[in-house]
Amino acid sequence: MDKVYIISVFAENKPGRLERITKVLAEANINILAFSITSTNGFGVIKFMVNKCQEAYKLLKEKGFTVSLNEAIGIEMKDQPGGLYEVVKILSSKGINIESASVYVAETRKKAYLIVEVEDTTKAMESLKEENLKFLKPEEIL
Amino acid sequence: MFWNKEIECIDEEKLREKQLERLKNTIKRAYEKVPYYRKKLNEAQVSPDDIKKLEDIRNIPFTSKADLREVYPFGMFASPLSEIVEIHMSSGTTGRPIVAGYTLLDIEIWGEVMARCLTMAGATKNDIVQVAYGYGLFTGGFGVHYGARKIGAMIVPASAGNTRRQIEIMRDFGTTILACTPSYALYMAEVAQEMGIEPTTLKLKAGCFGAEMWTEAMRTEIEKRFNLNAYNIYGLTEIIGPGVAHECSEKKGLHVFEDHFFVEVIDPDTGDPVYDGQRGELVLTTLTREGMPMLRFRTRDITSIIRDKCACGRTFARIERIRGRTDDMIKVRGVMIFPYQIEKAILEVQGVEPHYQIIITRPQHLDEIEVMVEMSKETFSDEVKHIENLRRKLEKRIEDITGIRVKVTLVEPKSLPRSEGKAKRIIDKRSLHD
Repeated sequence: MDKVYIISVFAENKPGRLERITKVLAEANINILAFSITSTNGFGVIKFMVNKCQEAYKLLKEKGFTVSLNEAIGIEMKDQPGGLYEVVKILSSKGINIESASVYVAETRKKAYLIVEVEDTTKAMESLKEENLKFLKPEEIL
Repeated sequence: MFWNKEIECIDEEKLREKQLERLKNTIKRAYEKVPYYRKKLNEAQVSPDDIKKLEDIRNIPFTSKADLREVYPFGMFASPLSEIVEIHMSSGTTGRPIVAGYTLLDIEIWGEVMARCLTMAGATKNDIVQVAYGYGLFTGGFGVHYGARKIGAMIVPASAGNTRRQIEIMRDFGTTILACTPSYALYMAEVAQEMGIEPTTLKLKAGCFGAEMWTEAMRTEIEKRFNLNAYNIYGLTEIIGPGVAHECSEKKGLHVFEDHFFVEVIDPDTGDPVYDGQRGELVLTTLTREGMPMLRFRTRDITSIIRDKCACGRTFARIERIRGRTDDMIKVRGVMIFPYQIEKAILEVQGVEPHYQIIITRPQHLDEIEVMVEMSKETFSDEVKHIENLRRKLEKRIEDITGIRVKVTLVEPKSLPRSEGKAKRIIDKRSLHD
């Protein structure tokens, strides 16, 4: 079981902010696999899962963005009705609370991944070990 | 450390005698040589001979910035232009600028008081003093320069600006004393870090920071960032420039060089003196200035006088750090607030860098304050709710301190304008006309 990483960037909720961030990633030829935006009161947090997360993190930091790198778990689900339900049912049965989530649909459209950030990644992974779940490996997101 | 221990620790009675003698001379000189003063004194029916004791100064009319503007450029000079060897000028943000003229003796005295300031900060002839106040019409650069030269320190006349070079110089030359505005010092710390130079590894041991208002919390921040002793320096162009008052190692108020400047604090509304320890507007009179004697100049700076004995041994009275300006008190919904209060609140809510801007608007009939605060790397969380908590905490703390509800907006780091001189903290967008 491997952890995957999510990059979070602080941004004011204004036109052009997402553009500035994605430009940095585009120019470095970094591929975005999943992303989400949460905003309130004029600011927000933009989260990305990318193919080269360490590189992207370093780059954004150098460019002066407020950025953090957080652990996450990628769980495979079927890209069909009930796919998400099957996975979150297991998570809730283990008492794992999702702090934030996004979805990565693999290119084949045969399967998708639920990317979740939880309070304690290591502990959550430990409790999911026995379950019949497939996890996203870092080397799969290239 | 003392530059001139004999004077700085002078017996109080002797000091008052000296002050009275010098005050009489100054008033006489102003009356005889400056038509503007003669007219004002005549109108107030005061003659220089009426000054018998120090308290009699209260009969002398105040001098305001407006008076100085009226006589632009040289109307306040008490020496012929051939005796004036240097000119400085205050940045005239409103109306005409104010011109100050110095004779050779005035420049000498300026060097003397600045030498006392720098010595209080620990400077000796073995030090390297980097002057990052602007050189030019502004008094900051030259004032510190004259003091450092008197001490015999090695002067680096860097002036303000070109921040990266400033930092390289500090590192390569081993600058030990830095003189600049406190906001510029913080900016330099930031730039140093960007350059990969850890500010604490510089050889700085002390800094003389002034020319703008700052807070005790900002002092702590600067001291921590650079690992130095940060001292408060006070002065103004109309009186001499920097060197009117400076903190000793106690850092509990700024000693006013009372042998050269007479200090009063008044109620800005009535003009009456307030009790020692009570806040009001600082009023200064020069006691030795030849080129441009200044009688009871209303500084618009808010402070109080401390007359208790100082542990450092100096007998000169102290003023507390400047608490505000009579003209940049912001009156919002009828309540007086000062930018330093907001700054204090931001610094208390830990981790948020002291970069902020206050924007006042009046969308309908009610004033609204928005405080823009830069997000810091240290407090960033990837959880929106944590950031929102921080924002609310800031709003609450500002309300606790000022009594006014404000809206706090978190903005991206380095998105607020940085200054290399005085920081522009308040943007008043209220339009009072329909």
